Amino acid sequence: MKTSKGWFSIFVGPILFAFIVVVIIPMFMGVYYSFTSWNGINNNATWVGLKNYVEIFTEDKEFLDVFLFTAKFAIVSVISINLIGFLLALLVTKGLKVSNFLRSAFFLPNLIGGLILGFIWQFIFTKGFDAVGAKLGIEFLRGWLADTQTGFWGLVILMSWQMSGYMMVIYIAALQNIPDSLLEAAEIDGAGSFEKLIHITIPLVAPAFTIGLFLTLSNSFKLYDQNLSLTGGGPYNSTQMLAMNIYNTAFKFNDFGLAQAKAVIFLITVAAISITQIYYSKKKEVEM
Amino acid sequence: MKNKNKLSLWIISILSGLLFLSPFYIVLTNSFKTQKGIFTDVMGLPKDFFTTNNYVEAFIALDFVKSFTNSLLITVGSSLIIIVLSAMAAWMLVRTKTKLSSFLFLVFAAAMLIPFQSVMLPLINIMGKVGLLNPGGLMFMYLGFGSSLSIILYHGFIKGIPKELEEAATIDGCNKLQVFFYIIFPLLKPITVTVSILNVMWIWNDFLLPQLVINDPKWHTIPLKMFYFFGQFSKRWDLALAGLVIAMIPIILFYFVAQKHIIKGVTQGSIK
Repeated sequence: MKTSKGWFSIFVGPILFAFIVVVIIPMFMGVYYSFTSWNGINNNATWVGLKNYVEIFTEDKEFLDVFLFTAKFAIVSVISINLIGFLLALLVTKGLKVSNFLRSAFFLPNLIGGLILGFIWQFIFTKGFDAVGAKLGIEFLRGWLADTQTGFWGLVILMSWQMSGYMMVIYIAALQNIPDSLLEAAEIDGAGSFEKLIHITIPLVAPAFTIGLFLTLSNSFKLYDQNLSLTGGGPYNSTQMLAMNIYNTAFKFNDFGLAQAKAVIFLITVAAISITQIYYSKKKEVEM
Repeated sequence: MKNKNKLSLWIISILSGLLFLSPFYIVLTNSFKTQKGIFTDVMGLPKDFFTTNNYVEAFIALDFVKSFTNSLLITVGSSLIIIVLSAMAAWMLVRTKTKLSSFLFLVFAAAMLIPFQSVMLPLINIMGKVGLLNPGGLMFMYLGFGSSLSIILYHGFIKGIPKELEEAATIDGCNKLQVFFYIIFPLLKPITVTVSILNVMWIWNDFLLPQLVINDPKWHTIPLKMFYFFGQFSKRWDLALAGLVIAMIPIILFYFVAQKHIIKGVTQGSIK
């Protein structure tokens, strides 16, 4: 006869072991390494105190640019993804016959890995845009991804194309949960489509906005694959984002200690933003 | 008035659908063109420049059968382990009302906020030391990273299952493992479908972790192979595009087979 403690370890033990080895221990070790001059190869991780952190904010000018670029990207793409996702959800819940087909079309990009999506758009921006621009004489379409501006918007377009279908699915579920009686009542009271949208639909889908904002915000901050395959961080590292900067600091410059200090700042940033955002969005939600 | 509205709605729908699908059109049509054809006419259909050679060459260069098998093995293997172990853990966490169980659940949930990049360097260091930089180690790491979301989803579902069945089975002489595998696990089927789909989509497409873990080319997964393939043929868009199409086919087929479940899974997965 096993004790209940014994059964507890049998059921929870294996996955807890993996979780501790893969997530928890590396997290604490990571914080430790961020105060050392670890080079990743041997185990000579000498304690250097706050040196890495000081270096990030004083000598490493690139990090601040990377951070600002990432933040700017996150803000713009969060707005664009959720706005497009919500509009698509409104569009496909209007009961048109093509709705089912459209849902699939909008969701499709989401299935494909970020790396592959980045390569696809690299072709479209550099070859497709260029060809159309040349043919129609639109200078704006030419030379995409060759500078910071087009690289930035390239990433935003790619990310919006990829993720708005996912958000659409979440918003569809939320829209379908709104009782018809509420909308009918508003109609009887003389509300037009726009008024219904502002006063009934949007407040009632607010919980879905919380989730949508959380998912897009953390995904935008953590973006790596798409960044790597679309622009590779170029030209001159000007479209490099946080995740890529950490990778490069470690593996290209073999400065694991510095990279780990950046990773700790990254962790704190992502966690702080997510928690704050969830806290404020939850406060704004309306109970149905 | 109503009809006019409907018409404009219809037009907007079709246009946005076409806009969303146009990247696939461009990639697909150009993948059948020669290199010269791509540079001459990007937007048109292949016509004079038609070739299927790209596909043959890309298929070989990607070592597709091998990389597909590797991806399949790693994805299915990791997903299965995640499913069984996270369901077991979630059930025990729900049914054991102690401080420890609620603390553990909280830690699993909070770990969702940890970005991979903040743990990857020490993780690779540890795994290298114990000799786990191979497919087995990769699956173990997927288990660790997949645990949070899977346990949260199972946890939520199990809370809604009445205890009486389990109690009856216990009285009949089943031990906990028997109760779980004979009674509980079959009841979890709906949420198991969701958990599998979310894990499969994520692991199948993952690039960074395999890149860090898999050094031996014979174990390269599709995204990994695609990355090196691109580096090697960066000037050959004809091959590269055919390669992209080949790499996309499995997951798109999977989508058309499991569409309903995928959409449902995504919805359930996000409402935590």
